Amino acid sequence: MIEVTNISKLFGQVMAVKDVSFEVANGETLGFLGPNGAGKTTTMRILTGFFPPTSGTVRVGGKDVFEESLAVRRLIGYLPENVPVYGDMPVTDYLNFVAEVKGLGRAARKKAVGEAIENCGLEPVAGRMIRKVSKGFRQRVGLAQALVGDPDLLILDEPTIGLDPQQISEIRSLIKSFSGKKTIILSTHILPEVSMTCDRVVIIRDGRVVATGKPDELSAEMSGGSRLRLRTNGPDREVREKLSNVSGVLDLDAKPAQEGLTITVERGDAAPARVAAAVVQSGWDLYELTPLAASLEDVFLELVTRESGAGAEEQGA
Amino acid sequence: MRNFWAIFKRELAVYFTSPMAYAILVIFLIIAGYMFSSTVSYYAFVSLEAARNPYLAGLNVADAVLNPLFANLSVVMLLMLPALTMRLLAEEKKSGTFELLFTYPLRDIEVVLGKYAAVLAVFAVMLGLTATYQILLAFLGKSAGGVALAGYLGLFLAGAAFLSLGLFVSSLSENQIVAAVVTFGCLLLLYLAGWSSAMIQSDLGKVLTHLSLIEHFKNFSKGVVDTTDLVYYACFIFFFLFLSLRTLESKRWRG
Repeated sequence: MIEVTNISKLFGQVMAVKDVSFEVANGETLGFLGPNGAGKTTTMRILTGFFPPTSGTVRVGGKDVFEESLAVRRLIGYLPENVPVYGDMPVTDYLNFVAEVKGLGRAARKKAVGEAIENCGLEPVAGRMIRKVSKGFRQRVGLAQALVGDPDLLILDEPTIGLDPQQISEIRSLIKSFSGKKTIILSTHILPEVSMTCDRVVIIRDGRVVATGKPDELSAEMSGGSRLRLRTNGPDREVREKLSNVSGVLDLDAKPAQEGLTITVERGDAAPARVAAAVVQSGWDLYELTPLAASLEDVFLELVTRESGAGAEEQGA
Repeated sequence: MRNFWAIFKRELAVYFTSPMAYAILVIFLIIAGYMFSSTVSYYAFVSLEAARNPYLAGLNVADAVLNPLFANLSVVMLLMLPALTMRLLAEEKKSGTFELLFTYPLRDIEVVLGKYAAVLAVFAVMLGLTATYQILLAFLGKSAGGVALAGYLGLFLAGAAFLSLGLFVSSLSENQIVAAVVTFGCLLLLYLAGWSSAMIQSDLGKVLTHLSLIEHFKNFSKGVVDTTDLVYYACFIFFFLFLSLRTLESKRWRG
């Protein structure tokens, strides 16, 4: 559906996006993850044809975004970050206007607007001026205008920002309801959102792609081994000594054993089994031995810090 | 074409669902009405005097009422029309709706023409309401039909020219006040461009006179429809609509 090839974007002297490439398959939900100012919005604006990249090409549905701009824009439903909808129009009139500029005929328009209002739960505010509705409804109006005309591709820039938890979960389940049916790109800096809604993640930092993959793959790949949490009543120093001699144990953290310490071990079932045996054979009680999955949060933090460390070394050399 | 109508209808709806169009309409009509009534009163006074003073005979409605009325109305338009055009594109840029508008499958020219047509329609309503004065004059048996028609054509063309410049300036700024002030300043300078021709005897003086917005309006208010003036206004409007279009297109490569 989307092929992004080596795009860069220069704003004056500032390189906002550097040599970014990725692909999105039909029906896939791609999460665009990165800290604020990483270049997520810039990339999305390039995808929607709002401005061209300084170099590189973007193809949507096989068409170049700038050579065949109108055809590409017909495929896209876009929700920009600040939800810039016309505050001086009633919700229904606004959606009707959007349907009209998206090229829908009179009958199709009525149907499309009706569906968008229903899908996004806008019935209670349908006749109200947009500037007078609450932030949550405004966000839904933004989503509704993206959905009008049933585009194949949805590009959503931080769709849940500034909403309360209830509204966030509503918007997320709305987005999830399209997964598989539409291709979706959504950007966010909220990590759980990605693991909840996305098939695949692109992590971006300082305008570069630093990792791509499925959320769970990324977690597995990033942590060198699996981690365990261990709680036992053995004396702290002896437990540590014992454990560090068990083969397969890579690292121990500094917490006391009674409160639960985190052990990094080789992947597989052998190492945890040996840890359990070592504790029991020493005559201590084993209260807890839990495998800890590396969260996307760990991956993200690791990538971000690792990258900046590497950058510093390069500069030093 | 459908997109043009969509933009046109939306813009028109915004003018008439907000107090903006009404405020400008009402103020314009109050001022225009005041001007009309005082010129007519003055004409009535002079007509009475004419009975005693033969030098004043030969005055007619076209010269004594319509000509000064049209000149005055053109000045009021100069003051008020920038307030109509200032929001056209500046507001979209300020509020960010620009971003959505230009990712919809719309051609830039549809946006420019749709917005221009909408503001032109508001202006036409504004001007159309002053046509009641002509009905009033006809009722009094003092109609000067041809001159009035030419004058209204002139006012409409001059107004359309003001609006095209206003649309262009609005495409440059995201601040509505700046757009209004710059539009007003440019219009006033163009309006007065002919003044210096009295001082400059060379060809430059002639050029300035021909560029002046008021010089081309003078013929219309006297009841003369000259193709030179028609071409001048048509070129003026085309030029500024073209520049507005180019400004919108430039965002595609300026980034």
